[in-house]
Amino acid sequence: MSTETAPAPNRIADLALDELETPPLSLHQLAWRRFRRHKLAIFGAIVLVLLFGYAFGGALVLPESYANHTDTTLRLQAPSLAHPFGTDTVGRDNLARAIYGGQISLLIGLTAVIVETVLGILIGALAGYYGGFLDSLLMRITEAMLNIPEIFLLIVMAKFFGGRIPDYELFGRTFSGSVLLIVLIIGLTSWMYLARIVRAEFLSLKENEFVLAARATGTSNLRIIFLHILPNSIAPIVVSATLGVANAILAEAYISFLGLGVQPPTATWGNMLDSANNYLEAAPWMWFFPGLLILLTVLSINFLGDGLRDALDPRSRAA
Amino acid sequence: MTRYIFRRLLQGIPLLLIISIILFALMMNMGDPVATMGGRRPPRAADYERLRRQLGLDKPIYTQYLYWLIGNDWARIDLDGDGVAETPGTRRGVLRGDFGTSIVNRGQPVLEIISERLPNTLLLMVAAEVCIILGALLVGVYSALRQYSILDHFLTTLLFIGYSMPIFFIALLSMYLFAVLFKRWGLPYLPTVGMFDPQIGKTPGQVALHMVLPVLSISLISFAAYSRYIRSTMLEVLSQDYIRTAKSKGLSRQTVVFIHALKNASLPIVTIIGLDLPLLLGGAVVTERIFAWPGMGRLFLDHVGRGDLPVVMGILMMIAVAVIVFQIITDVVYAWLDPRIRYEA
Repeated sequence: MSTETAPAPNRIADLALDELETPPLSLHQLAWRRFRRHKLAIFGAIVLVLLFGYAFGGALVLPESYANHTDTTLRLQAPSLAHPFGTDTVGRDNLARAIYGGQISLLIGLTAVIVETVLGILIGALAGYYGGFLDSLLMRITEAMLNIPEIFLLIVMAKFFGGRIPDYELFGRTFSGSVLLIVLIIGLTSWMYLARIVRAEFLSLKENEFVLAARATGTSNLRIIFLHILPNSIAPIVVSATLGVANAILAEAYISFLGLGVQPPTATWGNMLDSANNYLEAAPWMWFFPGLLILLTVLSINFLGDGLRDALDPRSRAA
Repeated sequence: MTRYIFRRLLQGIPLLLIISIILFALMMNMGDPVATMGGRRPPRAADYERLRRQLGLDKPIYTQYLYWLIGNDWARIDLDGDGVAETPGTRRGVLRGDFGTSIVNRGQPVLEIISERLPNTLLLMVAAEVCIILGALLVGVYSALRQYSILDHFLTTLLFIGYSMPIFFIALLSMYLFAVLFKRWGLPYLPTVGMFDPQIGKTPGQVALHMVLPVLSISLISFAAYSRYIRSTMLEVLSQDYIRTAKSKGLSRQTVVFIHALKNASLPIVTIIGLDLPLLLGGAVVTERIFAWPGMGRLFLDHVGRGDLPVVMGILMMIAVAVIVFQIITDVVYAWLDPRIRYEA
């Protein structure tokens, strides 16, 4: 994926003297420079902006009532000018549903990652910083959770929390309570890798002199964890969280596809596909567009995450 | 080495206990299996209570867990509801190899239900794994040898797409192309659902034909991750000193690539294969549902939906055991292949 150019020494030799004396670049500038060179990451970022523009800008054009408007005389219409993505089994416009479904899918991806990151940092930091019994206990639980394939854990958790949260109003819109639930479930089933990364970072960072210095000046443990060590391990966390968004969107799609996720009438890309499964032949547009949107989102987030890894955390690169 | 294996196996025991406790606690709200037992008519209150007592569902969760784990033949249970526990229990518990009986299929042992479905899943997944490894070796080695060629860039981008592809999307796309469009164009087309055509029967040819699309979908997804991995380990190995030595000795290109490089590059690949293999047992839940393949994934979905705790726990614990055992096997095989690795006993 990386785009190496000619080796650096030749170039420096070609430079004029005053160019050599430009002030050294800051860490951020260096990271930005590495990121910019990663063409696919730039491509991913642009596509993501477009997708967000589609999901949130599209809402300005098409009202939500239109997305839920059923007209049974227009059942399963093929894509046309009036309905560019066609219509579904009860005559709702798929374009409008994909816009509002996209909002939910993207929001679920982002918020689930917040849950995941908070859990992962807390557990990883506590285990890595304090060590001892707490470390063994937390790491055994982490290992136990990692031993069950994610999809099974998702299904079991979806069943466990199923139907406990009522619908709620937010920004003048009614959300199915299952949206909040899915965020929670995805967060609860995906923090394990991040916890391991954070723990490893803490294990090595806590041996540094600056931690000793902080402790010597009487800094509290909490301040050392969150203000001294955590900022130093931010790079792998950012990379992992970025890729986590893609994973969360996929998880939402899988679980909604199985009918255990977000419940209609709230649309998501995942549950739009669920009902489409039976119309493989009769109405391919019903599954094609949401599927394509999920693929595009996940793909561009993966590109972005790859670029961020090269830019922020070049050491962690596998090869 | 024997001590190392023994120690790892011992470490697996508390891990399995933690897993079973977490899972058991999560199962508690799976839905009421008794409520749907009478078909459409809800059972009468008295029957309802009696059934719950028979199934042990009236007990608190820790008692249920204990009975599940070590059985209840040492205790007496109250079957008729008069408050006197007089009937001796019959369950022997997971620790003694009794996974209980299914609640949905009344009285059928869990292990029997699982073993009916296991071969179907293994058939599908082993075929997919073979395709994945062969394809990934081919693409990975090629891209590594021709690094930064146009085809390498093209393949890497394509792999990224495969890596990001949700399995249901590629499944639907391939079904649409190979079944719907091929049929429309008058070409020979592939069947999409089930394991065989009921009119022809379960012949090997039929099963093979029905396997093509699910195997293709599973392979295309995982294949991407494997190829990316093989490409990067190959690149790392190809820059080693011993490869230069082998080349300068005048060995043929094939010998260098396939004997010297690939052999060493395949070491890390053993790890991902070892970690992936146990997951084959669980099958691909989503794939099996789309293609209506009667395997473990669908068994799991069906029984989760109806709150059949013994079967669901049985499947999940089987996977957990497999994951732990395969981790140990992987580590041992790794040490055996690479003598530089030594485990402390």
